[in-house]
Amino acid sequence: MTSYTAYATGEPVADTKAPAGPVHERWDRRRFEAKLVNPANRRKHTVIVVGTGLAGGSAGATLAEQGYHVVQFCYQDSPRRAHSIAAQGGINAAKNYRNDGDSIHRLFYDTVKGGDFRARESNVHRLAQISVEIIDQCVAQGVPFAREYGGLLDTRSFGGVQVSRTFYARGQTGQQLLLGAYQALSRQIAAGNVELHPRTEMLDLIVIDGRARGIVARDLVTGRIDTYFADAVVLATGGYGNVFYLSTNAMNSNATAVWRAHRRGAYFANPCFTQIHPTCIPRTGDHQSKLTLMSESLRNDGRIWVPKAKGDTRPPNLIPEDERDYYLERIYPSFGNLVPRDIASRAAKNVCDEGRGVGPGGQGVYLDFADAIKRMGRKAVEARYGNLFDMYQRITDEDPYEVPMRIYPAVHYTMGGLWVDYDLQTTVPGLFAIGEANFSDHGANRLGASALMQGLADGYFVVPATVNDYLARTPQQQEVTEDHPVVQEVLAETQDRLNLLLSVDGDRTPDSFHRELGEVMWEFCGMARTDSGLRKALERIPQIREEFWRRIKVPGTGEEFNQSLEKANRIVDYLELAELMCLDALHRAESCGGHFREESQTPDGEAARRDEEFSYAAAWEFTGTGEAPVLHKEDLVFEYVHPTQRSYA
Amino acid sequence: MKLTLRVWRQKNADADGTMSTYEVDGISPDMSFLEMLDTLNEELILKGEDPVAFDHDCREGICGACSLVINGDAHGPERTTTCQLHMRSFRDGDTIDVEPWRASAFPVVKDLVVDRSAFDRIIQAGGYITAPTGSAPEAHATPVPKPDADFAFEHAECIGCGACVAACPNGAAMLFTSAKVNHLNVLPQGAPERETRVLDMVAQMDEEGFGGCTLAGECATACPKGIPLTSITGMNKEWLRATRKAAKR
Amino acid sequence: MARTVWDSTVGKKAVMAVSGLIMLLYLVVHMIGNLKIFFGPGEFNHYAHWLRTVGEPFMHHEWTLWLVRVVLVVAVVAHAVSAYQLSRRDIKARPSKYVHSKPRASYATRTMRWGGIILALFIVWHVLDLTTGHVHSGGFESGKPYQNVVDTFSTWYGNAVYIVAMLAVGLHIRHGFWSAAQTLGVGSRTRDRALKTVANVLALLLTAGFLAVPVGVMTQVVS
Repeated sequence: MTSYTAYATGEPVADTKAPAGPVHERWDRRRFEAKLVNPANRRKHTVIVVGTGLAGGSAGATLAEQGYHVVQFCYQDSPRRAHSIAAQGGINAAKNYRNDGDSIHRLFYDTVKGGDFRARESNVHRLAQISVEIIDQCVAQGVPFAREYGGLLDTRSFGGVQVSRTFYARGQTGQQLLLGAYQALSRQIAAGNVELHPRTEMLDLIVIDGRARGIVARDLVTGRIDTYFADAVVLATGGYGNVFYLSTNAMNSNATAVWRAHRRGAYFANPCFTQIHPTCIPRTGDHQSKLTLMSESLRNDGRIWVPKAKGDTRPPNLIPEDERDYYLERIYPSFGNLVPRDIASRAAKNVCDEGRGVGPGGQGVYLDFADAIKRMGRKAVEARYGNLFDMYQRITDEDPYEVPMRIYPAVHYTMGGLWVDYDLQTTVPGLFAIGEANFSDHGANRLGASALMQGLADGYFVVPATVNDYLARTPQQQEVTEDHPVVQEVLAETQDRLNLLLSVDGDRTPDSFHRELGEVMWEFCGMARTDSGLRKALERIPQIREEFWRRIKVPGTGEEFNQSLEKANRIVDYLELAELMCLDALHRAESCGGHFREESQTPDGEAARRDEEFSYAAAWEFTGTGEAPVLHKEDLVFEYVHPTQRSYA
Repeated sequence: MKLTLRVWRQKNADADGTMSTYEVDGISPDMSFLEMLDTLNEELILKGEDPVAFDHDCREGICGACSLVINGDAHGPERTTTCQLHMRSFRDGDTIDVEPWRASAFPVVKDLVVDRSAFDRIIQAGGYITAPTGSAPEAHATPVPKPDADFAFEHAECIGCGACVAACPNGAAMLFTSAKVNHLNVLPQGAPERETRVLDMVAQMDEEGFGGCTLAGECATACPKGIPLTSITGMNKEWLRATRKAAKR
Repeated sequence: MARTVWDSTVGKKAVMAVSGLIMLLYLVVHMIGNLKIFFGPGEFNHYAHWLRTVGEPFMHHEWTLWLVRVVLVVAVVAHAVSAYQLSRRDIKARPSKYVHSKPRASYATRTMRWGGIILALFIVWHVLDLTTGHVHSGGFESGKPYQNVVDTFSTWYGNAVYIVAMLAVGLHIRHGFWSAAQTLGVGSRTRDRALKTVANVLALLLTAGFLAVPVGVMTQVVS
């Protein structure tokens, strides 16, 4: 067994699907070149969609509308509960309704730049193009976006950009968009075009003759493990932020589907690109099970500060104005409190590391609305942020109208994910990854209000077109049955894994391992990373994994509703994925976007990219648990947005 | 804090359930109610006992998964979801009763977990606007008066948790159904299906075995998102209107 | 349409609302008529006689009265059958009770159900007592309602039954009127307070108006 860090570099990977030619014509051209499946034949094709969030819900509904037989899965009791529902702030679209200089090209430019030049131009441009149609689609579905008195849609500006292009539905945009997709999906379920399996979790991927042909999934109520076959499989299973244990992800969001796909041959790209969101509610103690995000829109009107002096424990209202450090406004005068997320997060970490943090444990900074309330009145603040203020008060028992909020960064989104080409197809033919599950559009950092945009673009518009092309070009596939040797093997592996978890009967709970892993990841692979720290993590993780398989205790059986078993099985995959994240972070000896390597910074402490060495997406190939993976580089070419050192000063 | 919990334990849908008593200690007032249950479950696992099953996911009060009746109140004493309820709402030494949603349309899956798929079927019956992908007109083609948009939003806030059914003495799903009917029926985009929507959704609601409305108002009191009782009035109006129109056809 | 209405919980509630409002209207007229007892036997008996001749000569003797009776019987039956069926359904929809139960949760529902049962029994007694005279306490004479009323309220049980029933009427109207407005979709946030006020005023007036008669007899204002 070779050392995990002694990875080999294999053949480069490249996207072969994006047509050549001007970037703004590529999507049209791709759609025109795509082969179509005769509408009469579509019923004969089954497409599996795993996940019912914005990407999965919209993909399932749209594929079903096109006539495919869709078999869809979610681990929740209802598709309406997917974690997209928790997105608060809004969704970007280059509508330019404000006439403030926005355009598709500007959204494209902002997204590539915001991603710190680590995303593929063709994909990002397509995203910007489609953004416009998404708003139309959602309005037609009855999504109750905020409107102005004239009856037209309202927009607001959002972190990292200077135009007002973010559409929103109070602080519940994700909820409203998700319910729109859920309702479209429900319509297709009623029509018999979608066969829905709620409370069913994908545990493995079935690859036959090099093509994705189905999945193995467990009915979480009965514990029954079943196989499902299809002509194509679409993974829309979200991100892997829960590797950190504490994150803003839902408790049950997990990486099993993508990790199992990775083990079956799909490359995993840029796993170390995680986004730490600057405006979360600080943790209160060891009992903390998850972190709650507050919309970044708060930064539009709130001012972030800490005391100028270290260890200043006076209550905030007793700290006079000239003893406060509005550090974002000071360091980044032109963007001020609206700098991109990675910059805001790191700045918060820096001031806390200096000992100027506030609240219990000094892990927090103030987000103050006193000026906003003075300027526009309490009522206007309430109208804009009322629900967020209520939420904050409920959690902390402090009134943010009177006392400044305390915020601290938390893991929020993962830009990395399964490597996909322009068609959102992974390296396993017939396996597509959409939404947060893929790596495609956000590079090393995602701009605010872009996750919803990407999820819906992928689900409503991109994947339905490209799956169509895949099915049209794939020769008639042989029917797969359960007795196929590959299927039997995958089934047996799944069953063995669960049986093993149940049989160890050790003395530690699944959560205790998850928490331990999370602490390692947050410390060494969190907001700031170093070579030595990452090496430490890479030493620790295999030890935790070894201990896990020795000491894990899972009560009950596999043939029943068993939440401990679900949890433990997800941790098995986190324990492997975490290792890859650290290796990716170690190998990328540059700072970019959400990935900050302390060794690579400018003299004034800003992230320093090293384009000559790292202008590529790192796609990793699995070789075995704990074995060095193989790195495949996808070179990034920038024809339209030329890399510059990001500057928000 | 030290607390005594009396929790509904039921092995599966077919088994009989009973209240079991547990003691938990070292509970911080800053914990959420679910974190308190996490603490209990960690102890139970180490003791080799079956941990208490309960639904939860986002723990931010928006996914609608959590569903506990605490001391007889759906989602407990505060007007919020169980995941956003904090232990500071209780006192040291309290005895707390924890039960699942109880309604025949929401059969118990295990312990505190119930099957709420009836809600999904109500939505499938008509809780949508038919707008196939790609068919949408420009978003600004149809302005929506702000009061209508706000009205739609207020009803669209429903998280489908089922607290309304749990709190209703009749196990009725009127508030849930009416929230969606009101949301979609007030919008110009929802107008073409206005009548069929309300008729089909109400028919499905009855089909699922939910009770009828006696306007006790408990649903609106329990609703963590503040869907108003007038939502039901609005649906009744829509339903009568649709019935009259259907009769004319 | 009738089928749709009858088969739906929402429709059946509408049937209850409409039949309830018909009965409510009747009660208002009935109460005003009752109060004539304070103007002495002549006027009261004359009024009772007039009820039988209303609409003449277009209507035959007692036709109008019978028409009203038929409408009332239909309303009562529709109201009661709907209530029975809906209650059965409601109870079935919530088969197991909460171990930790909150009494307030079902206050309105319970008072409506028990109140409804009390009122149904009362109507039977009331008709047998003062319309047909079968269970009348004194010597019932069909042309002399004044004396019949005085007889009824000269017994303690006559008063007791009547007073309990009228309190039930008050409570029933208090929730029922407002509830009917919601069921028929005329309630709204702006109208809510007005509707509740009207419901309370109606409940109070009717209870007070009806109770005035036994109180009058007991205090010998009417004798």
